[in-house]
Amino acid sequence: MATQHPVAFKLNGKGVEVVVEPRELLIHTLREKLAHTGPHIGCETSHCGACTVDLDGMSVKACTVLTVQCGGSDMITIEGMEQGGVLHALQQAFHEEHGLQCGYCTPGMITRAYRLLKENPNPSEAEIRYGIAGNLCRCTGYQNIVKAVQSAAKKLAATPA
Amino acid sequence: MGDMTDLQAREDKLQGMGTSLLRKEDAKFIRGQGSYVDDIKLPGMLFGAVVRSPYAHARIKGIDKSKALACPGVVAVLTADDLKPVNLHWMPTIGGDVQAVLADKKVCFQMQEVAMVLATDRYAAADGAALVEVDYEELPAIVDPKKAMAPDAPIIREDIAEKTEVGHGPRTHPNHIFTWEAGDKAGTDAVFANAAVTVREEILNPRVHPCPLETCGCVASFDKVTGQLTVYLTSQAPHLVRTVVAMLSGIPESKIRVIGGDIGGGFGNKVPVYPGYVVAIVASIATGVPIKWIESRIDNISTTGFARDYHGIGELAADKDGRIKALRFTALADHGAFNSHVSATKFPAGLFSICTGSYDIPKAYCRVDAVYTNKAPGGVAYRCSLRVTEAVYLIERMIDVLAQKLGIDKAEIRRRNFVKVEQFPYTTSLGWTLDSGNYHAALDKVLKAVDYDGLRREQAEKRAKGELMGIGICTFTEIVGAGPNKVCDILGIALFDSCDIRVNPTGSAIARLGTMSQGQGHATTYAQIIATELGLSSDEIQIEEGDTDKAPYGAGTWGSRSTPVGGAAAAKAARKIRAKAQKIAAHLLEVGEGDLEWEVDRFKVKGNPSQAKTMKEIAMAAHTSNIPDGMEKGLDATEYYDPPNMTFPFGAYVCVVDIDRFTGETKVRRFYALDDCGTRINPMIIEGQIHGGLTEAFAVAMGQAVPFDENGNHLGNSLMDYFLPTAVETPHWETDFTVTPSPHHPIGAKGVAESPHVGGIPCFTNAVVDAFAHLGVMHMDMPHTAFRVWQQCKKLGISER
Repeated sequence: MATQHPVAFKLNGKGVEVVVEPRELLIHTLREKLAHTGPHIGCETSHCGACTVDLDGMSVKACTVLTVQCGGSDMITIEGMEQGGVLHALQQAFHEEHGLQCGYCTPGMITRAYRLLKENPNPSEAEIRYGIAGNLCRCTGYQNIVKAVQSAAKKLAATPA
Repeated sequence: MGDMTDLQAREDKLQGMGTSLLRKEDAKFIRGQGSYVDDIKLPGMLFGAVVRSPYAHARIKGIDKSKALACPGVVAVLTADDLKPVNLHWMPTIGGDVQAVLADKKVCFQMQEVAMVLATDRYAAADGAALVEVDYEELPAIVDPKKAMAPDAPIIREDIAEKTEVGHGPRTHPNHIFTWEAGDKAGTDAVFANAAVTVREEILNPRVHPCPLETCGCVASFDKVTGQLTVYLTSQAPHLVRTVVAMLSGIPESKIRVIGGDIGGGFGNKVPVYPGYVVAIVASIATGVPIKWIESRIDNISTTGFARDYHGIGELAADKDGRIKALRFTALADHGAFNSHVSATKFPAGLFSICTGSYDIPKAYCRVDAVYTNKAPGGVAYRCSLRVTEAVYLIERMIDVLAQKLGIDKAEIRRRNFVKVEQFPYTTSLGWTLDSGNYHAALDKVLKAVDYDGLRREQAEKRAKGELMGIGICTFTEIVGAGPNKVCDILGIALFDSCDIRVNPTGSAIARLGTMSQGQGHATTYAQIIATELGLSSDEIQIEEGDTDKAPYGAGTWGSRSTPVGGAAAAKAARKIRAKAQKIAAHLLEVGEGDLEWEVDRFKVKGNPSQAKTMKEIAMAAHTSNIPDGMEKGLDATEYYDPPNMTFPFGAYVCVVDIDRFTGETKVRRFYALDDCGTRINPMIIEGQIHGGLTEAFAVAMGQAVPFDENGNHLGNSLMDYFLPTAVETPHWETDFTVTPSPHHPIGAKGVAESPHVGGIPCFTNAVVDAFAHLGVMHMDMPHTAFRVWQQCKKLGISER
């Protein structure tokens, strides 16, 4: 068995520590060692985005990040979106605009849209479509996802930070 | 009481049929709290990794497990020889054939399952799988189905070489599976012989894959003490899986529990029973610990549940005005190495005979020849009610070909051939009775909405300038809701579906159904049906599916059958409850049953509306002693619904494309989709299903194919190569509807999720071909990638500036 490495990082605001082989992928650590099964595995080649998490202010695909690369980082997953029992505007908007069907892409999609709206709080439809192009959805045809992101952007803009 | 505002308020409170109720299932998914099969983690669980064949056709001379077994974390390596003692190295398929669970002496397609390595985690399992050494002797492979029945073709299936049939009539070659036909061949031939005009085209539906975002997988857990087998798996048909597992394993069906959980999309990929499931189950029985097997994406595209691979020939005979007199369609079907596709037993070519479409065609004949090739098994999948996509593609393409040949407008030729509204119910020349339709009205509404005449004028102007603009029309008729039990079964089990409703004393209810949601929103729509039928709020109606220990038996969710069959069962079960409630209300109000009438949520006394009992009040009474003498307590009902006919949703679509003749790039400028699915239960969910179906149609028409080289090697089985549209490529969809209820369905609903896929694919192709119609192009095979469209431009000499 390969050497084991301790890795500590912040996950949704809480410090966590895991011991992993160098080859272990972040998505497996999150899902199997840290009980965060919100991010999903859809392709293992970085195409589908079901495993998207927010790592130090960037959307990353957790299927192509090694856990040992994450020491000291600040990570947000779908599980960290709801704050104090209040859904994030994106979660609420995905529900209200019927932006999900089977739900498999949803955690990654919302996590990606979260970072997109931080980078561009008032995106056009084309900017949203481009901004979520790394996240595949097989059910919705994206139209209601785009609507949900637009609706959340409006709500967030109206809410003082 | 009884005034309109009060009635409306009560109606609104139910949130029943017709309202765009937000989905009940969303709460868990938006929080990342769904429970998909790979989320299941049981104590002591081992992980299984499959060793797969690098060759499409090869003999296995030996398997050396020693290095794998020496690998840290590896617990066992299973091969066909290990499954032989329990007779599980082969399994029967739903298609009437047998399939190797693990390759027995030879492999017949690339990536076929050869062994499974069990290890303590998925990394160790993958290490072990890489260390299993298999000695192969490569054999010549058949990739092109047109070569499968050549006299000197290598025999793919030596195990059944001597068999004169595999479930569906006589075979004429060892690589022949079946020949199926319908209609009047001699009569059709006679019409063709004397027709004013005939057209013929070879039309391919290439091999594609539904590729749901979640791959297939299972966790099998056998309890050696109780003999109980629990299988969590991504199945669209959990009850059928339970029955198959019972037949295979000999475990009493009562001791097998299949749990569907949440499913990350199915699209027909998750109906069959796959070798991975069987090996995981056997491994759990053998080891006594839970076994998880999860496909990788490459495994998924390479081995489980592809769709199509239908090589069709379409022929129409017509008079000079474009009135179709006869249709003759044949198809060569590539089923891969095992006939494991999903179809009703009596319909080996599925519902292909719906190929007369929306048109009144007096004579028709169709035939399908299915063959084995050295490719993965399957064929029926992808938002497709058993070959309806192939059938609709053929007729919707051929009517365009006929229009072009005669110089008749493509909308006009459809009007001339439509089954007229007064002809319904209409029996086609291939034997289906279309339940209801209003095709002229649907097409006219769409043409007006898109300003069809204006588009044709614009197209003429653009053509004059050398620009390519295409207008595609599709006026499809679907066939869904399998199916009438007299003719529809799988493994002998009739394709009914079921609903069991229990109303609680306080007026909430739980309903369990034999179907299985994969994103269609059943928890919401079924609750809406029951809410309207029972007068209870849909908020308080809980829906459960997919756990075979809880739900009544049903054939599951595929072929848009949930609303036509499961939805009907829900309505009928609710009506049984309402009938009992009426008796209780009559007792409580001391009137005759006939003196009562139903109003939204209560029974009221005719002529005296202040005298009434709400369903909530009745629910409580049903659990007290204050009920009619001799009546059983409780307010429950179960319905097993046998549909009297299929349902026939329809639609009219228009697609407008602009093609760059220098690059071959096709831009979808507009897509307008009118769907008629009969009674609409939840318009928001219907629209969502249509968006998704159109997007999958776009994928198939514009970019998807699972290609092979001549040795049977996959040339594109990861998402690097296989096209799944992103938000950037996906067009904006415009939706519309008409409502023509099904006369035989309890609430008039027909089903909708497949329609946009089935109708969308020919609409895209018709638009692309229409862009070249003035240059004499009659047909172009999918996928219409920029490269392939550019090749067409090049052939026509228009690709250079």
